[in-house]
Amino acid sequence: MFKPALFPMSSIFAAAMMASSALAGVLDEPHLDIVPRTPEEAARIAAVTAMPVDFTAPAAFEEMSAGAATVRATDVRDVFSHASENLGFDEELTFKLGNGLFKKVWVSSPSSTLASDGLGPIYNARSCQRCHLKDGRGHPPSGPDDSATSIFLRVSIPGKPEDGIAEIEDYIATLPDPVYGSQLQDESVAGVPAEYRFEVAYQEVQVALSGGEVAQLRVPSYRAANLGYGPLHAEAMLSPRVAPQMIGLGLVEAIPAADIIANADPDDVNGDGISGRANVVWSTEFDQPMLGRFGHKAGQPTITEQSAAAFSGDIGISSSLFPAGAGECTVMQTACQSATHGDGDVREFEIDDEGLDLVTFYSRNLGVPARRDVGDPQVLRGKEVFYDTGCAACHQPKFVTNRLADGGAQSFQLIWPYSDFLLHDMGEGLADHRPEARATGREWRTAPLWGIGLTEQVSGHTFFLHDGRARSLLEAVLWHGGEAEVARDAVVDMLPEDRDALIRFLESL
Amino acid sequence: MKNRPFFATSTAMVVAFATSAFAQVEDAAILETYANIAQAGYEDSLTSAQKLLAAVDSLVADPSDLTLQAAQVAWRAARVPYQQTEVFRFGNAIVDDWEGKVNAWPLDEGLIDYVDASYGGPTDENEIAVLNVVATPQFTLSGETIDATEITPALLSDTLHEADGVEANVATGYHAIEFLLWGQDLNGHAAGAGARPWTDYATGDDCTNGNCDRRGDYLRAASELLVSDLTWMAAQWDEDGAARQALLDDSKAGIDAILTGMGSLSYGEQAGERMRLGLMLNDPEEEHDCFSDNTHNSHYYDGLGIQNVYLGAYQRADGRLVEGPSLSDLISELDPVLDAEMRTKLSQTMLKLGRIKTAAEAGLSYDMMLERGNDAGEALVMGGVNALIDQTRTIERIVSVLGADGIEIEGSDSLDNPGAVFE
Repeated sequence: MFKPALFPMSSIFAAAMMASSALAGVLDEPHLDIVPRTPEEAARIAAVTAMPVDFTAPAAFEEMSAGAATVRATDVRDVFSHASENLGFDEELTFKLGNGLFKKVWVSSPSSTLASDGLGPIYNARSCQRCHLKDGRGHPPSGPDDSATSIFLRVSIPGKPEDGIAEIEDYIATLPDPVYGSQLQDESVAGVPAEYRFEVAYQEVQVALSGGEVAQLRVPSYRAANLGYGPLHAEAMLSPRVAPQMIGLGLVEAIPAADIIANADPDDVNGDGISGRANVVWSTEFDQPMLGRFGHKAGQPTITEQSAAAFSGDIGISSSLFPAGAGECTVMQTACQSATHGDGDVREFEIDDEGLDLVTFYSRNLGVPARRDVGDPQVLRGKEVFYDTGCAACHQPKFVTNRLADGGAQSFQLIWPYSDFLLHDMGEGLADHRPEARATGREWRTAPLWGIGLTEQVSGHTFFLHDGRARSLLEAVLWHGGEAEVARDAVVDMLPEDRDALIRFLESL
Repeated sequence: MKNRPFFATSTAMVVAFATSAFAQVEDAAILETYANIAQAGYEDSLTSAQKLLAAVDSLVADPSDLTLQAAQVAWRAARVPYQQTEVFRFGNAIVDDWEGKVNAWPLDEGLIDYVDASYGGPTDENEIAVLNVVATPQFTLSGETIDATEITPALLSDTLHEADGVEANVATGYHAIEFLLWGQDLNGHAAGAGARPWTDYATGDDCTNGNCDRRGDYLRAASELLVSDLTWMAAQWDEDGAARQALLDDSKAGIDAILTGMGSLSYGEQAGERMRLGLMLNDPEEEHDCFSDNTHNSHYYDGLGIQNVYLGAYQRADGRLVEGPSLSDLISELDPVLDAEMRTKLSQTMLKLGRIKTAAEAGLSYDMMLERGNDAGEALVMGGVNALIDQTRTIERIVSVLGADGIEIEGSDSLDNPGAVFE
């Protein structure tokens, strides 16, 4: 089951192919000031990131999921809310100011607190923290009485070829819904209609497992109810998105693009059934194509851009990157357009660059907790099962981040995110049929697994996948299809004690 | 670069002073003084919280302007020792994992009790921000029905605190009690604190704003919880307490914890989140003790706590002085100029925080200083911010002096060291 895709030969081949032709910009990292690796460093990195052969004991450095940035794994709820361990006192101040803005509740305009107004006019949440609860995952509503704040529906319609981006090969042209834009907001300020009410219904299905065990999966169906501005476009494509956990993002941003591309195998040249494609998106910040790293479909290239997009789309707060005071409202939404906005004062935008930088710094430095029980025999057995089953082919365990000229917490760390940050066809069961840049309607970015075992401690639930449909790690595994179907079937068929060990390993991440 | 004790055996640079040949002051003695100060500080916090609880009992049993004022006085007094213990955060894991229960802020006070109509509203998407538990014996939380007929400490700590994962849902601790004693400060940037009438606790027809008995129950439950949380923490610093033992088990990490606490409280927490953020946002709600307008004292005693642990002396509430061998003694042996610099910087900070306190007590409360365009107020606050930042620069130099004297670069490939990092 071991995946040759991970072997350097094919990786280098794939990288060379992609870099030379179609994917202009994908290897560019204008967001980083990189010190090139020396040959000695490259050799050390190749050795330390090689796949393990010994599963009888933990690997060197394995406990420290985020290298020197790793934080202590406390047993309290705020374990995802600590700053990278290797920040200086001064950086800790920046982190805390960012935290203040992350928690800050925005208010509608006009308001006496000029620095806090600008909410909406339509929005999903009034603060960042309201969706990224305890800096962890959001969740779908538990029932009709529960709020849907930390989940929403994205929307778009198919575009024509001229709506694409010529610089990006295989870019799938889409357009926002002409009335509702690219995201549905279920809240609004006074005098402006909200766009919809999020509704989800589930149907239970059973999955028979080896050893007579049975798992239950819930199959969701989504509905945009109470539409406030008339029907959606006839060809509207909806995609549910739950707020992701916030840990380790700065380290993901610092992984060399070349090392991510090295794992890509878009045409499955090595025939292992697993492709792995890079998403390439247009960066508003740098005005060029860049590798997409963030979001469920890798639709955002940098943390700054992701944060600014979320401010605009989720809270309705404008910034220099997304300057519309009306946020995500379209020209068809006149009440929203003509409402009072919070920009145009001394800060110019509703959040100024200083504020955006603080939130970005905060987001970059939420620390990944250390592993627990790395030497436990069941955990080690589960780790072996994880590799043997082929999980590691996409859930790539290790990277070494770029060495950065200004040093900093993210520079040259051996990290264990368990993701290749590439797109994979995950099958019909998970498909949203809504393309995003190069990602098709069946492709999703491999979700990083670090910290996943602390989800219940942080969030009080264990809802996983892009829409929180999985209620446990096992359910999340069983939803894997497409390229991951072989691995998923192996989990169904394996000895129950191996399955338990696999889950135990995931819980130790 | 600072270091923390969590992975002290693994991080690249460990403050590893230990017992150098010429130093007379032992790490263990410094740590004992430090732990003694912590123990005394938490004991004083406990004693003053017990007095607060007694005052709350009197208020509930015999509501009057006098008993309300007595409870407010007790609350202010309780803040004096507690704020001086904040320097034990950021380095002592036991304190870090516990602190959110007693001193969390800012809070959505509408969770607890009635609020002014200008505050949020029922359409607010943090629905429980206007839940008003005092008025609501039964409600729905995250889709579950909660029976709050009886308001107990367990209800506050296990169900309401950080309800729905929203950090602003603060249901326990000093600031929840503060809100119940003062009410909302509706004066914005103008003079005046919260002005809750004593009749909010009155019985029968005298009761204002409804549910006075349940309000009293909440206040009592929150005060009881504070007492029990402080009882637990004080015990952690006993002779056999876990917090004291953790320090003494690894004296290198212990010295590091002192400096980390001093630096992190000075810089990120106090200068940053509690002071500069308020100026950035010009928001009167961005003050630490916003209901009582006691923020100047919170800042002052936070600063004093930092000075305490460096000088190795703490003034107890009963008049006794806890003192012993200190970090200052150690640094004065190693580098007298650096020690003098640290003492000067700490004094400067206390001077600047003292000016904020002086102005506030004379009538310019902290929320007034935050008003956009109040240049004098901004200068006062920035004086404190700059002094705190400046003293952290010296703390960093002490870290590097201690590190340089006995520096240990851990072998990163050490197999017997699971916390090693690749570098």
